[in-house]
Amino acid sequence: MGGSFTKGLRDGLPIALGYVSVSFAFGMMAVQGGLSIWQAVLISLTNVTSAGQFAGLNLMLAGAPLLEMGLTQLVINIRYALMSLSLSQKLDGTMTLPHRMLFAFCNTDEVFAVASGQPQRVGRRYLYGLTALPYLGWALGTLLGAAAGTLLPEGIRTALGVAIYGMFLAIIIPPARKLASVRAVVACAVGLSCAMRYLPLLREVSSGFAIILCAVAASALGAWFFPVKEVEEE
Amino acid sequence: MTPSYFFLQLSVMAGVTYLIRMLPLAAVKGRIRSQFVRSFLFYVPYAVLAAMTFPDILYSTGNLASAAAALAVALVLAWQERSLLTVALSACGAALLFQLAGGLL
Repeated sequence: MGGSFTKGLRDGLPIALGYVSVSFAFGMMAVQGGLSIWQAVLISLTNVTSAGQFAGLNLMLAGAPLLEMGLTQLVINIRYALMSLSLSQKLDGTMTLPHRMLFAFCNTDEVFAVASGQPQRVGRRYLYGLTALPYLGWALGTLLGAAAGTLLPEGIRTALGVAIYGMFLAIIIPPARKLASVRAVVACAVGLSCAMRYLPLLREVSSGFAIILCAVAASALGAWFFPVKEVEEE
Repeated sequence: MTPSYFFLQLSVMAGVTYLIRMLPLAAVKGRIRSQFVRSFLFYVPYAVLAAMTFPDILYSTGNLASAAAALAVALVLAWQERSLLTVALSACGAALLFQLAGGLL
């Protein structure tokens, strides 16, 4: 008994609503940057990830080399490897290899958080229900933002630019509040990131590589000074 | 950007993202032993998101004052563990209000 499809749909609805607002901003920014509406929607349909798409969009618009694109996606999205690893311990027998490979496509931060929060093991009916609405919401929000975003008054358009960062803060602040180790890692990453932005020479490094360097350095320092006893995945 | 380079970029983006999500689910049965690697992986998401947010959030609205207002609102609401939707939309609302107020002054 891994949960029903309708239970999954219900749990996925609030995620989908949040996605519409963030992907609306993504669609709008993609079109403002020079991509077509269908290109913006295609990115959302094939990637289904917030941070990776926003960073990838900037690299696309800058005409960045493919290696930088690949490495940036690798570092920004490496967190999914940890989530998939953790979730692999929680799947019931209905999640055979083909279903794992299909579900992996939609294993976002929020889907992972809800699925891991379930009291019992989760099966394929529940997981497909859980991912259905967020996937549609992500694509629909992108379409709306790409098609209608430029019709909005400029004040609203520019204000939407902060949506993605609000979502990031909502993910990192609660654990930083509870754990001194996460606070230290976050403070270290913020300090390094600001140094890479403002200091001479360092600011010549492209933004994609800057994120990689900051994240790897801060996480390695965290792992060195605050080794995690048991894996504390949320 | 040519259409063919767009598809190349898109393939790399989507391919890397999918493989990262799929490989551990499909392949890894046991647990990672190395405490350093496990700890490193535990901290990565927070470090990545923090490095992406700062200082970029300050330039995300094209106006330092409205972005700072949005940051303050997002920090307070995130501290109170409000939902992603609440934090994201309230930050947008704060930036918008600040810009409207700035336009009136």
